[in-house]
Amino acid sequence: MLEFKLSIKNLLGAKLRTFLNLFVLSISFVVIILLNSLMDGWDAQAKKDSVEWEYGNGHLLNENYDPLDSFSILDGHGQIPNNINNLTPILVHQATIYPDGRMMSIKINGIPKDQKAIKIPTTKISANPSKFPALIGKRMAESANISIGDEVLIRWRDKNGTFDANRITVIDIFDSNVPTIDAGQIWMSLDNLWEMTGFNNEATFFIANDLYQHSKISGWKFKSKETLLKVITDLVDAKKSQQAIVYILLLGIALLAIFDTQVLSIFRRQKEIGTLIALGMTRKRVVKLFTIEGSLYSFFALLFGSIYGLPLFYFLAVEGFPVPPADQKVGIAMSDFIYPLYGLKLIFGTVLLVIISSTIVSFLPARKISKMNPVLALKGKLQ
Amino acid sequence: MKYTFMKNLLFFLFTITSTSLFSQNSSSNEALEVLKKVDKNMFSETQIVTSEMIVYGKRKSRTIRSKGYSEGEFKNFTEYIYPDREKGTKMLKLDDRLWIYSPSTDRIIQLSGHLLRQSVMGSDLSYEDMMEERKLSEIYFCNILSEEVYKDRPVWKMELIAKNDNVSYFRRIVLIDKLQFVPLKSELYAKSGELLKKTVFSEIKKIEGKWYPTKMNYKDVLKDGKGTDFLILDVVFNKKIPDAYFLKSSLKK
Repeated sequence: MLEFKLSIKNLLGAKLRTFLNLFVLSISFVVIILLNSLMDGWDAQAKKDSVEWEYGNGHLLNENYDPLDSFSILDGHGQIPNNINNLTPILVHQATIYPDGRMMSIKINGIPKDQKAIKIPTTKISANPSKFPALIGKRMAESANISIGDEVLIRWRDKNGTFDANRITVIDIFDSNVPTIDAGQIWMSLDNLWEMTGFNNEATFFIANDLYQHSKISGWKFKSKETLLKVITDLVDAKKSQQAIVYILLLGIALLAIFDTQVLSIFRRQKEIGTLIALGMTRKRVVKLFTIEGSLYSFFALLFGSIYGLPLFYFLAVEGFPVPPADQKVGIAMSDFIYPLYGLKLIFGTVLLVIISSTIVSFLPARKISKMNPVLALKGKLQ
Repeated sequence: MKYTFMKNLLFFLFTITSTSLFSQNSSSNEALEVLKKVDKNMFSETQIVTSEMIVYGKRKSRTIRSKGYSEGEFKNFTEYIYPDREKGTKMLKLDDRLWIYSPSTDRIIQLSGHLLRQSVMGSDLSYEDMMEERKLSEIYFCNILSEEVYKDRPVWKMELIAKNDNVSYFRRIVLIDKLQFVPLKSELYAKSGELLKKTVFSEIKKIEGKWYPTKMNYKDVLKDGKGTDFLILDVVFNKKIPDAYFLKSSLKK
């Protein structure tokens, strides 16, 4: 207790030096929590959006279909197996649209009008009297310059390779953060697509709902929600590693400042150390005193960081962190604003990291005290 | 009286129907003969063609010169020789497969799926269009719709309807020169009846005994623009082409 009281007294006595140390350390605290919470927030949001708009509880894909290989669309479909439940069939077909006389290659996704597996607003298709009603996302609308109500000429090949063409009516533009269901794609009723292509009762993949229990189906392969989401996890982890460099540098600077302060203290306070030992304090207790002094920087930094950090964290949690439009076009789910996610694991992990590392860098120079000669220390001679 | 009337009516109907059927049949036969003559003009066992493709853009046009070697309906090798940007680009078509070699990347890529629907060097022709080389008389039922005059030439206006399901364009309307048996204009329709592409043939010349159009304008009517001109600078028919041209290894040579 005595060591603790002395440490606080010494720190408060050092004034500016203490303030500078804890200020730098508090920045490390805030930056570590902020960067990681933004990444965690993006991760959680991207996963939630991807599940709601694209993955559902997993995909059952035709064995010849690879979503990352557009060559596989041609042959990657098959008859819908009998007796399947809790699966929503999607048929993918390639086509060309001609908005304002421009030519654009696109993918048509046929989806049942009454589906509830993903958030594509397919119920609007049922309510529309047009012959070929279609839904598109905001990215597609922007790139093709299409608005609700526009009729766009579409050309496709049927199952035999014969060209066909007609006009689709864009009945709604949905706002989704998931670009993989939006850019270069249109959504139509599955019945319409079957009629257009002649691929009756066929699907390219299925979206599973929460009740789906997978059992092997010949000709189809299942990818669970976790497998599909791994892309996002891997990307966020990679981004976290890149950001770690920033806060490792900041933390390194702060710890170096504490280390330097400790070395200077031990050098300048030799007489004090000698006096304490002469008065009966063991060397071990003196080492403890200096180590506590060093680690108290992190406690004070935590308190100081809270003064400006908490309002900042609260502000970002409410308002969100704006994402520049260019960054939203990277091809992964990302909304206009990222809302940071402050988890207990993150906060306690950061606190522990800073306290433990500052304690270690405080202890390292203090070890020298245990080898000091108290008589020479009292005289203030260099050792 | 009533019996005689019925007999006369039946005879009349029979005469009308049989005459109509006979004339339709004879029209189809005549159309088929015409189409075969057209195919004879347009196709040969081998062809070596030096041509220029003029792609009209919104602001300026581009000219691309190439030399093509083809054998039958399923083998075609094309090398681009002008401009410098495209020089050395080669295309090889074997059956329904198409490979492209680009000297800038030194890579051969096979085109399939939606890539075949992309335009060739910004033109109105897609790779699929370039690959389509089957004889019209083999894949279409034909019928003469009328006899007209087109650009001062007497022509047959013919309607071609696909015989099978695996034909790219379900219906074509073709104007065929009655004297030279070459198409002068062709309109390609989708199954729904939507007009998709239009081709105008001109500058017909007699080359090695065949009447052959040396200028063609392809127009994707769904797209804006003037279309793409295709000029034949030189053509040689039925000259033996070494098999090495139709090997994938020829692309990198």
